[in-house]
Amino acid sequence: MTQPPIKQPGSNWRFELTRLPFLYRLLRWRPLQFTLTLITLSFFVLALLTSFLGTPVGNRNFSIIFVWIVWWALVIILLVPVLGRSWCAICPIPAPGEWLQRRSFIYPRRRKLWTLGKRWPRRLKNIWLQNFSFLAMALFSAIILTRPIATGLVLLAFILLAVGLSLVYERRIFCRYVCPVGGFIGLYSMAAPIELRVKDVEVCRAHSTKECYVGSEHGFGCPWLVFPGNLQRNTYCGLCTECLKTCTMDNVAVNLRLPGLDFFVAKQRRLDEAYKAFIMLACALAYSAVLLGPWGVLKDAANFASLEGWLIYAVVFLAFNLLILPGLFYLTTLLSRKLGARGEISARAYFIDLSYSLIPLGLAAWIAFSLGFVLVSISYALPVLADPFGWGWNMFGLRDMPWTPIAPGLIPTMQVPVLLGGLAFSIYTLWRILGEHGRERLTRAALPPAFFLTLATFGFLWLYLG
Amino acid sequence: MTQRSLLFAALSALLALAALLIPLPAVRPQPQQRQIHLNARMFAFEPGSVKVNQGDTVTLVLHSQDVTHGIYLDGYDVNIKAEPGKPAQATFVADRQGKFRFRCSVTCGAMHPFMIGELVVGPNLPFWRAVAALLIVVAGSVLTLRSAAPQATPHDPASHQATR
Repeated sequence: MTQPPIKQPGSNWRFELTRLPFLYRLLRWRPLQFTLTLITLSFFVLALLTSFLGTPVGNRNFSIIFVWIVWWALVIILLVPVLGRSWCAICPIPAPGEWLQRRSFIYPRRRKLWTLGKRWPRRLKNIWLQNFSFLAMALFSAIILTRPIATGLVLLAFILLAVGLSLVYERRIFCRYVCPVGGFIGLYSMAAPIELRVKDVEVCRAHSTKECYVGSEHGFGCPWLVFPGNLQRNTYCGLCTECLKTCTMDNVAVNLRLPGLDFFVAKQRRLDEAYKAFIMLACALAYSAVLLGPWGVLKDAANFASLEGWLIYAVVFLAFNLLILPGLFYLTTLLSRKLGARGEISARAYFIDLSYSLIPLGLAAWIAFSLGFVLVSISYALPVLADPFGWGWNMFGLRDMPWTPIAPGLIPTMQVPVLLGGLAFSIYTLWRILGEHGRERLTRAALPPAFFLTLATFGFLWLYLG
Repeated sequence: MTQRSLLFAALSALLALAALLIPLPAVRPQPQQRQIHLNARMFAFEPGSVKVNQGDTVTLVLHSQDVTHGIYLDGYDVNIKAEPGKPAQATFVADRQGKFRFRCSVTCGAMHPFMIGELVVGPNLPFWRAVAALLIVVAGSVLTLRSAAPQATPHDPASHQATR
């Protein structure tokens, strides 16, 4: 294996993990992704079956516990912060559609994909659809998170949509432009200390056949419609490592790096991604109040106790996500622009740039929120493994294990450092982004958005400890 | 990073840690006996939030209004169940400061996992410690970044406008 030096614009320290022979061989081993996907698919199928056929009692049903507690904890606390989009590589939802397109499970047998091969409409080539699909799910979250049948319908809709889209459009259109989960995983994967990048962009520029994108006998073209030579952020790379397998120049690497470098790729910042940052932060705040708070009136409204109550909740929830939080932040960016004398950049571009500073705090907020219920409810996992449908089975003798919250008294102690770490990371990100617009009056320019970040963190601290 | 900025970063981390952990002399009001009646219904407690002082002897009386509910109090060894018309109670000394969630411990319906109330044992020093640490982190971050060497790329307005 050749080991050319890594050359990338704006890069800092990196360690090429694929220099480790074991990891390199493992990632190039074609059955790896299929094997892992098969495991997740088997869990997915069981979740689907139990959601429709099992007990309606959520904490006795495999689908609720394994989707919203086990899987969720795995993704938001472990995979996304550490391994970025790695979940997307083994997600079962796009797998059947992808296998159908390829008419193969593992090895590339035909170059042409079995699909109508339509191109995704240009106006939808962004994550607005993912923003709105996430919000739609979030509005019904109290129902989806607690009713197995609702979880089943959502999972079924996802997989049918993924298969349907794969028959009409090329490659993984569902993952790239539709999946509500993929949207925020992509956003938060920018913070991860792992990346897949080319070693030398000049090699890609000079290489005419571009097997990484079109595919070869060694692998398929990028399922995510990404040309690795242009890859500067994790956002839309599903870490399937097809390009690592197809690259004939051995120019693709998986690197360990400093977290959050992707926030500073100025040319790729967009309003749809900025809005995703707001939606995620707003939802974390709203969920912390509605689901973990003591206010019965909020729980009733979110739980559809009355249509009127839910409609009011929906309007307030959407306004908070789409208008109030972004609006308040916009005001701080206007003030920042004025105080920092940064009039040469448009208010819109400035707002978009600075919005990326919300991402680390948003991720920390989701981890803190998740700690609040995952540790309390994870002990349901063993009984539902013993009796996934709630039919009275008792496999492994675990069915009657009592509900045992893990360290519930220590949860706030864990939430505080997570939130404060996220805040410090966000202020650092803000500072560096502001620095792109000149270093004059940097402190003054930073103060209004930093105040916003501080206020948001205070809100979480008040909800969890106050 | 300059030496000065590293110093600021380390100092603010230490100060934040100190704000969270350093023992402080407790100012406690005279302990009292308190009896608190909690009405449980699907999927909320009424009142949802209860405040007592550290050292108080608290008797929680749980009344269930619809189906069987329970109370599990985080951080305290309290777990009781009440059927409709049959209140249950538990007594404990609120010897730890802070906010502690109490949760329904008997599966009572769809939103059961989120049937949560909170007991605040004052003075709520853990919260104010966290707020102090928050302010230290903000001030420390700003001072650290101010004293750090320039890292950013030169301003290029065209690169921003061209992409949006």
